[in-house]
Amino acid sequence: MKDTKTMLIKVIINCFFCVISLVALFPILSLLISSFRPSSELMRNGISLTIDWSNLSLNNYLYIFREAGDYWQWYGNSLIITTVTIVLSLFFSSMVGYAMAVYNFKGRNFVFLLVLLILMIPFEILMLPLYQLFIDLNLINTYFGIMLPLIVAPIAVFFFRQYALGLPKELMDAARIDGSTEYGIFFKIMMPLMLPSFAAMAILQGLSSWNNFLWPLLVIRSNDMFTLPVGLASLLTPYGNNYDILISGSVITILPIIILFIFFQKYFVSGLTVGGVKG
Amino acid sequence: MGQEMKSNIYKGPNRLLTFLNSKKVAPYVFIFPFIISFTLLTFYPTIQAFVMSFQRILPGQTEFVGLSNYRRILNPTFYQAFQNTTTYVILTCVILVTVPIFLAAMLNSKFAKFSTFYRASLFIPSLASIIVAGTVFRLLFGETGSSFANQVIGWFGVEPIQWQYTSWSAMFLMVILSSWRWMGVNVMYYLAALQNVPLELYESADIDGANVFQKFFYVTVPHLKPIITFVTTISIINGFRMFEESYVFWETNSPGNIGLSMIGYMYTQGVQRNDMGFGAALGVIIILIIFVISIIQLNLTGAFKRGDE
Repeated sequence: MKDTKTMLIKVIINCFFCVISLVALFPILSLLISSFRPSSELMRNGISLTIDWSNLSLNNYLYIFREAGDYWQWYGNSLIITTVTIVLSLFFSSMVGYAMAVYNFKGRNFVFLLVLLILMIPFEILMLPLYQLFIDLNLINTYFGIMLPLIVAPIAVFFFRQYALGLPKELMDAARIDGSTEYGIFFKIMMPLMLPSFAAMAILQGLSSWNNFLWPLLVIRSNDMFTLPVGLASLLTPYGNNYDILISGSVITILPIIILFIFFQKYFVSGLTVGGVKG
Repeated sequence: MGQEMKSNIYKGPNRLLTFLNSKKVAPYVFIFPFIISFTLLTFYPTIQAFVMSFQRILPGQTEFVGLSNYRRILNPTFYQAFQNTTTYVILTCVILVTVPIFLAAMLNSKFAKFSTFYRASLFIPSLASIIVAGTVFRLLFGETGSSFANQVIGWFGVEPIQWQYTSWSAMFLMVILSSWRWMGVNVMYYLAALQNVPLELYESADIDGANVFQKFFYVTVPHLKPIITFVTTISIINGFRMFEESYVFWETNSPGNIGLSMIGYMYTQGVQRNDMGFGAALGVIIILIIFVISIIQLNLTGAFKRGDE
């Protein structure tokens, strides 16, 4: 009796989650299928459940690979910006987080308080003065201008600090006796120990940069500097004359990320849920 | 080894290096990038946001205009933006705080068979950029009778809806888009917290004859309280930051401003109309609203009490 009841609950819960998973994946799957449909039809009807299978073709992809030079320019911009952002922000944020964890220095708690404070202030509020400042500094429409606000990320500093608190400090003294400098200790001994935290942060920073929209929208002035989200958004007009690029371009934008996610699921989850570390 | 010692001795006389390498100075070298970025990218803009809110800023000339920007805020468009944003915050909070608890509790139970797959599917939407997600939702909720959403409601005999052009459905679109994207992340927060609920508590609840729901409300939920507070806080803050969820459907011109958010209003006035002073004043008002609501919310959930105990 008890067994049949447990069985029943199992079946119900699993059916329920199959439906939930389908609902969650449905928009992505429908995007994928739509990318094989003629763009004119998409523009007219939107995504619809009635699919004319004979109509599916690779035309949108052929078009984007052959004709859409702009799109690949945006792709290149996004790749460069994301890569540089990951490298710089990991380098600087880990340094700061590490120092806050292992050294006892004057003002340490104050600096930590500042990190928490920045976490609480929504970026959008500072957007206009920053925009004005970047105009004055001639950083508008430059890669550096797009990247700069993400480079020392308080959330990454916070995460690295939490992680570095668990590092074995005895190693530092041993290294000092061996004649290592403070910087040598960090780069040669401690940084390798912090590698797992780098993976999670690389994903968080990479994703924030790859998907960043509002700030690039403000700073970018010309088509050749567009990042993927800004470029795709520029195609999102009601006239729908670019839906072929929009739809296949969207797929090519998220597919690499989903593939990375499948391989590095653990790091994605810890990267995107950092805020909860000491929630 | 001996070689290294020697090279260190030779470095010795270089006083700058010795200075930079002392245990007192090194930490400041490490945190230097943060100091620079804080000063330039947070401290200065914060001060500047307040200053600008009292100014009229035109290219090449800036004058103080007192409270004039703030007085101009009290207009019907702002009320509309405020109302839209508040409704959005309430709806997304209710959905994104409560539903993930149930999902996480079920995923954590022994009944869910392919838990890893379910988790992954729930999480994947958060990887999509808002523009890609918005594109799909625009196409799914197209206005013609043959769009997915209108087909589905058609099965129930409901006439096609012009999703992007009616006030309630506009809100529905933004809320559903955001719920779809963030549901999985919040489920992960709760799942992580659920790992810390001691199993003995469930066992003793079993002995006392508690049913599934009693166990959920009397054992699980109280243990999740800190993470519930956390998820509520970020949901409120993210709700007030809403801009992109509206931008993907209407850019900055929704019919009758049905999709206008406060940040959207700030963007149109500050950037598109180049009225930076007014935009800055809006920013100050928004941060005050977030601040007040966060304090109220943290008080209600008792997050401040811990210190008194």
